[in-house]
Amino acid sequence: MKKNRPGRRLHRFHGGIHLPDNKAQSTARAVRTASLPRHLILPLQQHIGQIAEPLVAVGDPVLKGQMIARAQGYISAPVHASSSGTVVEIADHPVPHPSGLNAPCIVIETDGEERWCELPPPISDPLSLDEAEMRGRIRDSGIVGLGGAAFPTGVKINPGAGHEIHTLVINGAECEPYITCDDMLMRGQAQRIITGIAISRFLLGARQVLIAIEDNKPEAIAAMRAALDASGMDRAEVVVIPTLYPSGGERQLIQILTGQEVPSGGIPAQIGLVCQNVATAAAISDAVVDGRPLISRHITLTGGGIAEPVNLEALIGTPLNELVEQAGGYTGEAARLILGGPMMGFSLTHDRLPLTKASNCLLAASAEEAPPPRPASACIRCGRCADACPARLLPQQLYWYARARDIEKTEAYHLFDCIECGCCSHVCPAQIPLVHYFRYAKSASSAQEQERRRAEHARRRHEARMARLERLEAERKAKLQNRRAAVAKKKPQPKADGDASPDPKQAAIQAAMRRAAEKKARLAREGQTPKNTENLTEAQQRQIDRAEQRRAAPDHPPAED
Amino acid sequence: MRFDTATSPHTGRPHSVSGTMRWVIAALLPGALAMIWCFGWGVLINMALAGAAAIGFEALVMRLRGRPAGPAIGDLSALLTALLLGLALPPLLPWWLTLLGTFFAIVVVKQLFGGIGYNPFNPAMGAYVFLLISYPVEMTSWVPPLMLNSHPLGFADTLGAIFSTTPPPGLSWDALSGATPLDTLRGQLDLHMELEQIRQNPIWGSLGSRGWELAGLGYLLGGLLLLYQRVISWHIPVSLLASLFLTASLLHLLAPEAHPPGLFHLFSGAALLGAFFIATDPVTATTTRRGQLIYGAGIGLLVYVIRTWGGYPDAVAFAVLLMNMAAPTIDYYTRPRVYGHQGGR
Repeated sequence: MKKNRPGRRLHRFHGGIHLPDNKAQSTARAVRTASLPRHLILPLQQHIGQIAEPLVAVGDPVLKGQMIARAQGYISAPVHASSSGTVVEIADHPVPHPSGLNAPCIVIETDGEERWCELPPPISDPLSLDEAEMRGRIRDSGIVGLGGAAFPTGVKINPGAGHEIHTLVINGAECEPYITCDDMLMRGQAQRIITGIAISRFLLGARQVLIAIEDNKPEAIAAMRAALDASGMDRAEVVVIPTLYPSGGERQLIQILTGQEVPSGGIPAQIGLVCQNVATAAAISDAVVDGRPLISRHITLTGGGIAEPVNLEALIGTPLNELVEQAGGYTGEAARLILGGPMMGFSLTHDRLPLTKASNCLLAASAEEAPPPRPASACIRCGRCADACPARLLPQQLYWYARARDIEKTEAYHLFDCIECGCCSHVCPAQIPLVHYFRYAKSASSAQEQERRRAEHARRRHEARMARLERLEAERKAKLQNRRAAVAKKKPQPKADGDASPDPKQAAIQAAMRRAAEKKARLAREGQTPKNTENLTEAQQRQIDRAEQRRAAPDHPPAED
Repeated sequence: MRFDTATSPHTGRPHSVSGTMRWVIAALLPGALAMIWCFGWGVLINMALAGAAAIGFEALVMRLRGRPAGPAIGDLSALLTALLLGLALPPLLPWWLTLLGTFFAIVVVKQLFGGIGYNPFNPAMGAYVFLLISYPVEMTSWVPPLMLNSHPLGFADTLGAIFSTTPPPGLSWDALSGATPLDTLRGQLDLHMELEQIRQNPIWGSLGSRGWELAGLGYLLGGLLLLYQRVISWHIPVSLLASLFLTASLLHLLAPEAHPPGLFHLFSGAALLGAFFIATDPVTATTTRRGQLIYGAGIGLLVYVIRTWGGYPDAVAFAVLLMNMAAPTIDYYTRPRVYGHQGGR
């Protein structure tokens, strides 16, 4: 069953590590549907891109599946009510994010009736739908990459005219220890996944489909093969890949299957591939076939700190603590709470956080499973990290420069090709938290880049202003010079001609000045100062008269002056 | 319920510096036992003396630097340096030279540069070269191996000779020690003796020289253990030994009367100790895999060149120090191609 089709050649990625997979704990129990929580907390940002914009107000009744926040911009995703009830709050709430900061959420008080909103009509043959209608259904259903990246799927299945897609890779590797939600989904709902794959493939125009599953999931492999055979899909196969962390990393998986590397800083579509998680494919099927938006997902609750490790099908927005209760609660062992797997997940300080679209696992690890970090010592340059790095980086060099805050140098050593898989930190004998340093260096680099851009902007503005001032100054000078030149051209002429024949213009000016002086003297004699009220039109005179009257009237104090 | 946070990955770490050092020390055992068996208690006394002194010096410097001494001693790197130095020193070396060498290794070569991880030169080899240049007479008189030794000393006599710095009553230094085989070889080759003739001397064994070849086999065994345990990678030892062997074999082919065969070079002097235990010191070696091939090959070549045409009979220490200097540059030019980047670096 674990054999691949003859002729299917697999490739190796560099490095990687073997880890105890710890998956049996949570696969022993069947997937259960989590109970309806009293409150659903739905973050407006559960995806990469622009935050969604609320469509409801506090007090509004909402129906299950109703869009309550719409996508803003192209790279964004809407949010839907996971159940019916009333919007009780739109405010910042704690959300699962490494920063621990709060983010805007819509809180729904559920009414327990689970009344659905009106959905687009279900269709038996999804491929009979109009292509635009299909894309619309996917976009409007709020699907994002459910493997953890949370990139809006509506964007991903539309790679643009420049990219011709030949292969659709379906990621069922699930390489992180402990996590089994994809495994259980493949075992239980292979049919749904295959339907979603058929839709994605149609939309992408992909010639072949490769469904990659690590060889530690024989049941999932069998289920997927059976469903694939039943579907009769051509040029599609389940490829069994060796268990080696991080084979489920998009770039590593593509290398395993094709031997090709995704260009640095680029996307798989550039080399004709699109990679999609199995759960995302299932969600696509729901959206297109049933017209149902993404309102629930599988999540693994496991670890030595969970009494009954299990996979739950839970509504998005369900508080994690309620899910833990349904998995038997914590044992006394729970020492660290991790959202995601042990290699790339981040630790939470508490469990009063909502389930989001990207959350695949809640791991309550015992102190034995996740021992407190030992103090780091100096790097001994053993190079184990470089041997383990799937991106073929030199983590010890990156560490050296990150520590010295030499950000340029870290960039020269390709810091941004680090996928933060954690292999280097795991194997480091000096217990150095290498990935932590790289995250720091990445954010420092981004901050520096922003600063650089701001400085560049300011510099350009300053230069533009200086140029403008210079130009104005030059224009002013030029004008002055012209005038001087004009004056200089005129002045010397009378002198050159002598005063024999006075200029008639000059004479007129002299006469006017004389008249003005006489008038001034006359007015002075009459005790009047000069007014600019001479040569008035009739209308102006009337206006003045009216004003004088108003000023004279006793009940009209002067409004002005 | 509130939880403590930590940065990912949230796994127990399978490796540690002290674990690595422990494996290297364990792998030294076969070679060290062979050395003690062949060259007497002096080897053990040197190792013990250097080991104790190294721990003392390390603790002292850490205290002077205002840092906790526990972790520095606990990582076992100082002990390993001392053991390697102890194995390299002549078995009857006066005690104060061993102390001086250990001081130089730990305080000058290692700690003055910042301690573990920061020293550009291999501390044991730095100290060895320091002693060799400063005290050439003491550093080049070796005890003959057990099978050729007419006056093997007991433990008490050895201890006495080392600490009183005088030979036991009735014996002279000349009776107790002489030149190393490589020294002998160089001396006789310089007198234009034919190799055939030189090899009549009973000091030569089937692989290299008697006693030394046994220690070499011990180091080889330990080295294979380190490879099997993945404490070291094959790149440096294999490239070092291959380059030494190939260079020696080539010259042996060209002029067999003046150049001993490749295998002789591998099993003489410190070639195997150097290949598996000294050149593989991660702090001072190159870290890229391609770089390690160059680094090892460079040491092998230098060992041959210095042994054959240089001023000293053995050359591992000099070759290692020279290549230590080149390591950062080699690393820079052998950076691997990163995923998703075309060609070059």
